[in-house]
Amino acid sequence: MNKKFTMHVDVDAFLPATDEEKEYMVQMRPSSTFFKDGIKRLLKNKVATVSLIVIIVITLSSLIIPIFWPYSYDEMLGVKPGKRVDASYNNLAPFEYGKTELKRIEAGEKIFPHVFGTDSSGRDYFIRVVYGTRISLAVGFFASIIVLIIGMTVGSVAGYFGGWVDIIIMRIVDMIYSLPDMLMVILLASVLKVTLGKAIEGTSLVKIGTNIISLFIVFALLYWVSMSRLIRGQILSLREQEYVLASQAAGAKGGWVIRKHLLPNCISVVIISTALQIPNAIFTESFLSFLGLGVNAPMPSLGSLASDALNGLSSYPHRLVIPAIVISLIVLSLNLFGDGLRDAFDPKLRS
Amino acid sequence: MNLTTDQNERPLVDVRHLKQYFNINVGALRTKPLKAVDDISFSIRRGETLGLVGESGCGKTTAGRSILHLYQPTAGEVEFDGKLIRTKDDIRELRKKATMVFQDPYSSLNPRMTVSDIIGEPLDIHRMYSNKKERMDRILELMDRVGLNSEHASRYAHEFSGGQRQRIGIARALALRPEFIVCDEPVSALDVSIQAQVINMFVELQEQMGLTYLFIAHDILVVRHISDRIAVMYLGKMVELADSGVIYDQPLHPYTKSLMSSVPQPDPKVARANKRIVLSGDIPSPLNAPSGCPFRTRCQYATEACAESMPEFREVEPGHFVACHRVNEL
Repeated sequence: MNKKFTMHVDVDAFLPATDEEKEYMVQMRPSSTFFKDGIKRLLKNKVATVSLIVIIVITLSSLIIPIFWPYSYDEMLGVKPGKRVDASYNNLAPFEYGKTELKRIEAGEKIFPHVFGTDSSGRDYFIRVVYGTRISLAVGFFASIIVLIIGMTVGSVAGYFGGWVDIIIMRIVDMIYSLPDMLMVILLASVLKVTLGKAIEGTSLVKIGTNIISLFIVFALLYWVSMSRLIRGQILSLREQEYVLASQAAGAKGGWVIRKHLLPNCISVVIISTALQIPNAIFTESFLSFLGLGVNAPMPSLGSLASDALNGLSSYPHRLVIPAIVISLIVLSLNLFGDGLRDAFDPKLRS
Repeated sequence: MNLTTDQNERPLVDVRHLKQYFNINVGALRTKPLKAVDDISFSIRRGETLGLVGESGCGKTTAGRSILHLYQPTAGEVEFDGKLIRTKDDIRELRKKATMVFQDPYSSLNPRMTVSDIIGEPLDIHRMYSNKKERMDRILELMDRVGLNSEHASRYAHEFSGGQRQRIGIARALALRPEFIVCDEPVSALDVSIQAQVINMFVELQEQMGLTYLFIAHDILVVRHISDRIAVMYLGKMVELADSGVIYDQPLHPYTKSLMSSVPQPDPKVARANKRIVLSGDIPSPLNAPSGCPFRTRCQYATEACAESMPEFREVEPGHFVACHRVNEL
C-alpha cells in the first residue's frame, strides 16, 4: 500500500482581499460611555428596575392627581358657609358618602367617591395622602440636593487642598458627626421654628411654613458630613493620578482640576449616595412630622397623617395603615434602587 | 564673540543648585526631610536633548517636576529663556512654554474625557482660541502630527493601546506650542517595538518644531539614541554630565562606569571582553543618605576623604562634569 502524499492548496483562499472585503471587516462601533454601560447594567437588574418604576409611578401620581381630583386637601366637606356643620362627613369609611351627597345620588347625580374615606374634620383622605406623598418626596429630594451641594463643595476642597484646610474641615466634620443627630434635629427644628417665623413674615415663604424651611436648614447643617467625608476620600486618591499632574503642568488651577477631573471621576459615588440619601431624608421628615415638628397644619405629610391617625386607631386603622404603607413603599423602593445604582455604577464593589 | 553666537550659547534652561526636599513623618509630630533632589546644577541648550539617567528612586522624576515648578523647589533657581522663575506670573508664563510627557500612558489620561477634550485641555485652560471651530482644527492638526486618526477624536482613552495613548499624551503636550518638554520615562511603559516608533516621533517633532527635551529614562540605550548629552544621577545628586558619546565610551565616575558596563552588547566578542562591574548592596534610603559622597557605600575606590565631604561637581574636561574626589587617580 503506497499512499501518495499530496497536498491540495486552494489558491482562491490566498488571494489578497479586495477593498470591499476590507471594508466589510472594519467595524466602527459607537464608543460606549461610562453612563451607557451603567444604565445598561442597571436595566438588567430586575429589582432596581421595578423599584424605579414604583418611584416614577408614585412621583407622577403625586404630581398629577391633585390637578383633576374634585376635592382639595384642606376642604372640610361638612362645612359650608352659612350652614350648620354637617357632621355626617366626618370619619367616613372608604367609599361612604355624606348625607347631602346621598341625597344628590338619589336624585341621579354622580358623585366622586371618597376612596379612602374622610378624616375627623371631614377632609377627603385620599387627596391628603397624595399631598403628603408630594411633601415627603419634595423634602427628600431637595434635602438631598442641599446635602449634595454642601458635601461636594466641602469634601472636594478638603481633599484637593489637603494640609491645614483638610485638618480644620475634617475636625469640624468629626464634631458634627459625634453629636446625636436626632437630638440635634429636634432642638434645631424647635429653635428655628421660633426665629424663622419672624424672619419670613410677609414673604412668600410663609405659605411653605417655617417647619419645612427649618427642616431644610437642619439637613443642610447636619447631614452633609457623611457626603463630604465620602467625597474627600475619593478625591484624596484621585488627585494622585497623573492626569491631575498633567492638567497642572498645563497651567490649571485648583477649581479647574476639581471640576474637570476630580468630580467627574467620583460621580458614581455621588449619584449613589445621593440616591440613598433621599429615603433617609424622607424618613427623617416623617419622623419629625410624627412628633409634631414637621409641616404646618393643614398641610399634610405622611408622618403627620400617621400621627393624627393614632387618635382613632381602634376605630379607623386604615388611616394609619395607608400612610405607613406609602412611606414604606417609597423608602424601600428608593433604597433598592440606590443599591441597584451602586451595583451598576461602582465597578469596584461588584464581585 | 558676536551677538548671534551669544544667542546660541545662552541656555534655554539653566538650573542652579536646585534642591527639592519633602518632609516625611517619622513618628508622631516629627518630620525629617527626604532629599529627593539635592543640589543639582546643569543647563540645557536650545534645540538640545539632555538625557537624565539613574536607577529608580534617585530623583530623576522629581528633578523634572521641580524644574517645571510642579513642586515648589526647596532651594535653588531655574532660569528659563534668560528669565528667572520666581513669582506666580513667571510660573504661568512657564506653563505655556514648558510642558511634560508622562511615564504611564494609562493614568495620565482622564478616563472620563474624550481624546479631543484631553488634547484640547491646555487650549481651554489658556483660552487659546476664539471659536469652537478653531479649537477643533487645532486639535485635529495636533492629532495628525502625532499620527492619530481624526476619527478617534470623539473616543475615550480606554479604547486605545499603550502606544496610541502615549501619542495622545504627546499631542496634549504640544498643544500650546511649547519650546521645552520634560519627557518623564515616556517609553518605559511601552513594548520595545512601540518604543522605537515613539522615540522616532520625538526626534521628528524636535526637528520640525525646534523642541528642547529633558529626556528622563532608565534605559541607557534609549537615552543614548536620542540624547546629545547625558546626565547621571545617584541618590538625588548629579554625579556625571557629558556628551552622550563621551559618557558612553569614557565614563569617569565609578557609578557611571558600572552603569555603562551593564549595557548589553550585541557583539558577543565585545561582550565577552567587557568586564561587568557589579555593584554590591542596595541604593541607600534618601532619608538616611551617607555622609560625603552618596556613592561611597558602594564604591570600590572609596577612601576616608569620600566620607568627609561631598565632592564638587566640576568640569574635568571641556563639557565633561564629574563629582568624584578621586577622578584624577582612577
